[in-house]
Amino acid sequence: MSGPAPADAQVPAPLLEPPRRRHRLVRRFVRRRLAVLGLVLVGAFVTLALFSPLLGSATAQDFANVMVPPSWAHPLGTDDLGRSELARTATGARVSLLAGVLSTALALAMAIPIGLVAGYYRGWADAVVTRATDVMLAFPFLILAVGLAAILGASLRNVVLALGLSQLPGLVRVIRGEVLALREQDYVAAAVADGARDVSIMARFILPNAMSTLIVQATVAIPGAIIGEATLSFLGLGVQPPTPSWGTMLSAAQGFLDQAPWLAVFPGLAIALTTLGFNLLGDGLRDVLDPRSTR
Amino acid sequence: MSALLEVDGLGVTFTTEDGPVHAVNDVSLTIQRAQILAVVGESGCGKSVTAMSIPGLLPENAQVSGSIRLEGVELTRLGAGELRRLRGKQVSVVFQEPMTSLNPAFSVGYQIVEVLRQHERLGRRTAARRAVELLELVGIPAPSRRLREYPHQLSGGMRQRVMIAIAVACSPKLLIADEPTTALDVTIQAGILDVMRTLRAELGTAIMLITHDLGVVADIADRVVVMYAGRRVEQAGVDELFAQPQHPYTLGLLGAVPRLSVTSGARGRLTEIPGMVPSLHEDPDECSFAPRCPRAAADCRAHRPALRAVRDEHLAACFHPGPVRP
Repeated sequence: MSGPAPADAQVPAPLLEPPRRRHRLVRRFVRRRLAVLGLVLVGAFVTLALFSPLLGSATAQDFANVMVPPSWAHPLGTDDLGRSELARTATGARVSLLAGVLSTALALAMAIPIGLVAGYYRGWADAVVTRATDVMLAFPFLILAVGLAAILGASLRNVVLALGLSQLPGLVRVIRGEVLALREQDYVAAAVADGARDVSIMARFILPNAMSTLIVQATVAIPGAIIGEATLSFLGLGVQPPTPSWGTMLSAAQGFLDQAPWLAVFPGLAIALTTLGFNLLGDGLRDVLDPRSTR
Repeated sequence: MSALLEVDGLGVTFTTEDGPVHAVNDVSLTIQRAQILAVVGESGCGKSVTAMSIPGLLPENAQVSGSIRLEGVELTRLGAGELRRLRGKQVSVVFQEPMTSLNPAFSVGYQIVEVLRQHERLGRRTAARRAVELLELVGIPAPSRRLREYPHQLSGGMRQRVMIAIAVACSPKLLIADEPTTALDVTIQAGILDVMRTLRAELGTAIMLITHDLGVVADIADRVVVMYAGRRVEQAGVDELFAQPQHPYTLGLLGAVPRLSVTSGARGRLTEIPGMVPSLHEDPDECSFAPRCPRAAADCRAHRPALRAVRDEHLAACFHPGPVRP
């Protein structure tokens, strides 16, 4: 395994050393300005989410300062209960990012084994999986998510479950397609000829080579999930007050659009910028990681 | 001592939407230990199918009949798990495409080590040391440095050497090389053939070499089987075959090889074999080569010529054999 080179120079110690080509990938990524902008946007919101407690309480009410427009004392203004819009937007970033990342991770965790088995073994397992994804994709996302959230109850955990499940069929399709293509590769045939086990072929020959596609898919799926979370929260099916979420903030701001437009502007802007950031990042990663799309 | 590999009356039929395809008919051959047997023929003549039936690497729509014995063990009756353990350990395969046959996600060292760990249950340290030896064996300079490199950092010839290193990692008794040099240029090809000679000399590996390159055959093989349309048409030792070719198809193949000749002064055109390899859907009782054969007569179209000894240790399936060039 890897580790410091042993005295015996015959033994190549760092067999599992990371590839040098990473340096090249980083350079190719940095050259794409929009991708870097996406990374900066995502990084900014992640930072905001991480350090949100430093920006004050998101729930402390101050009836002396209700619906104050943005100012030095209240950078993003205050809402109808005198709560800091800055602290609420920052805490909302936590909820949104958490929902986006967790639901995508959940969907991937389920989609990878399903897609691998369906694509590698074909046959009846593949037929069942393909039909099931077709059926799931035939449901409009919102109806599915609303239905699930309604059945399971409104909470962040259930939003993650609902969003994860609604992302599942799309991801299964992508992974299955990728596996179908990869299993025809010469190196898979060579692995079979070398007597490799099915599990080993899937884990070492197919999955690692599907990784770049998966990374790109995940980056593109996250903004969809963030919007999904905002939508469910907007409809009251997500995070419950007083915990702030961009969706609930937008929902609450509806009543005060003429008196306090900033209450709608900032969470709306946050959703737009996060989504934009992830999409730009995803496009950039696709350009860098997917050799088929190199210009 | 009995032969290492005995293939007896092998038949392979593929079930397709257009009906059955008889890819291989009644092929029998033997390979001794440390022997190099070349199987020669045009594309689609069944040479690869014959070879891939040995380690059970044919697609699922293939039906295999006849017998394949490796050291007396009947391979056609082995279960999927037994076949898997046999592959890579007793029978290894090197494919034609070195550029795409290595896993791009891992270093070549990792790929060799994994095969060793799986089949030989070696520890990482031992396996890594063995990997260095293997790369040395296949003639890769600075092996311990190369181990850390990824396939994309290696040239085609180097990758084919790595493929061979992986194939012989567990000292298989039989190495099936399916057109191993076709994708490589001539100097690299010579290097790969040297590697195979080394393997035979140092490990006693028997090699079944699939090729359509008669230059390669003359260079390295001990015995030759010439196949046409899924059947053997000629079988002999390599010197005998090149000195006294009997079957008109073999003669046609030899005539299509470019040669540099000062003495004969013959600067004539290369001859080609007219026509195409026949469809293998039907299997009529006539010589499959008759439609393309300059010697074809009524008897060739009436019956299929059986393989018979035309000279000592020399079989040909032809009613009108002889070394005269058409």
